[in-house]
Amino acid sequence: MWKKGFLQSLFILFTVFALSQVPSVDFDGLEPRLSTGSDSVYVVNFWATWCVPCVKELPEFERINEEYADRKVNVLLVSLDNPNHMESRVIPFIEKHGLKSEIILLNDPRSHHWIPRVDESWSGAIPATIVFTRNSRSFYEKVFTWEELEDIVISKLNRVSLN
Amino acid sequence: MKKLSMLFALALAGLLQLSAQGYQVGDKATDFRLRNVDGNYVSLSDYSDAKGFVVVFTCNHCPYAVAYEDRLIEIDKKYRPQGFPVIAINPNDPAAEPRDSYERMQERAREKGFTFPYLLDDGQKVYPVYGATRTPHIFLLNREGNDLVVSYIGAIDDNYRDPSAVEERFLANAINALLEGRKPDPDFTRAIGCTIKTSD
Repeated sequence: MWKKGFLQSLFILFTVFALSQVPSVDFDGLEPRLSTGSDSVYVVNFWATWCVPCVKELPEFERINEEYADRKVNVLLVSLDNPNHMESRVIPFIEKHGLKSEIILLNDPRSHHWIPRVDESWSGAIPATIVFTRNSRSFYEKVFTWEELEDIVISKLNRVSLN
Repeated sequence: MKKLSMLFALALAGLLQLSAQGYQVGDKATDFRLRNVDGNYVSLSDYSDAKGFVVVFTCNHCPYAVAYEDRLIEIDKKYRPQGFPVIAINPNDPAAEPRDSYERMQERAREKGFTFPYLLDDGQKVYPVYGATRTPHIFLLNREGNDLVVSYIGAIDDNYRDPSAVEERFLANAINALLEGRKPDPDFTRAIGCTIKTSD
């Protein structure tokens, strides 16, 4: 009985631990997520917990993720936080703000090499966002309002359904 | 008449748009006069012996900028005697980012023992002319005759996080190239940084 309870609590602990993990990838690991052959719309936002304008617009991405989930819209939040701050800052931040969107930490300091592979026009400032479908792609180095972001998502949805 | 002034306004807006694009390598850089953390005003023309300048847009609050503070001090110590002093400019509006106020700049310069001037772009007039979009953002200027020519734009090196893991020292290589009479290659690199903070 005691043993069963112990195993159960171990299992619960393990599940909680696994759920709170954020995958950490280098750019080669992220790149396949930056294009698609499917008929979904993808919104990929580059942010960091310490970036004030990024944090300010996160609720808009969360809202897209929630309100458009059933319309084939996927949100991916790519954290550029220092990987050493995963346990001390990134995960507590996600828990505190109750973020529901998928989150990946990009652990690749050689930004000179991968910034132009995300978008040729990106100067390197964050926040930055790409919105893409299988046949169109838009890049934004700016902070979104809800209206702006929703307009872009809707226009992408319309374009996908036309093709 | 109304139409004409409209046209004029449009043309002016177009010009402003153009100037907002900032410098590219090969452009002539403009001088400025900005207040240093020691209270004095600094212009590039104060340095009559300089062969050029490492103009860096940087600030207190951005982790990427902070990660490069020690490396900027090293660059200044090494290259100022060879004619390329570092001139640091904080482009952020302190009203939008209080951690980048003039007083906080003074504190940071004292804490870190900055060997170079740390200037406030008061009124944010200089960074748009240069075309800085983030902190840190380097503009390496080379004196050619009476002009200061933009010779390299971009990052300090290829690894903000770990100085010991750096493979390409873009800025140091570019200065070395100029000292040897060569053109920097690459003359343009990119890096992640913090947006420049404005109040609107």
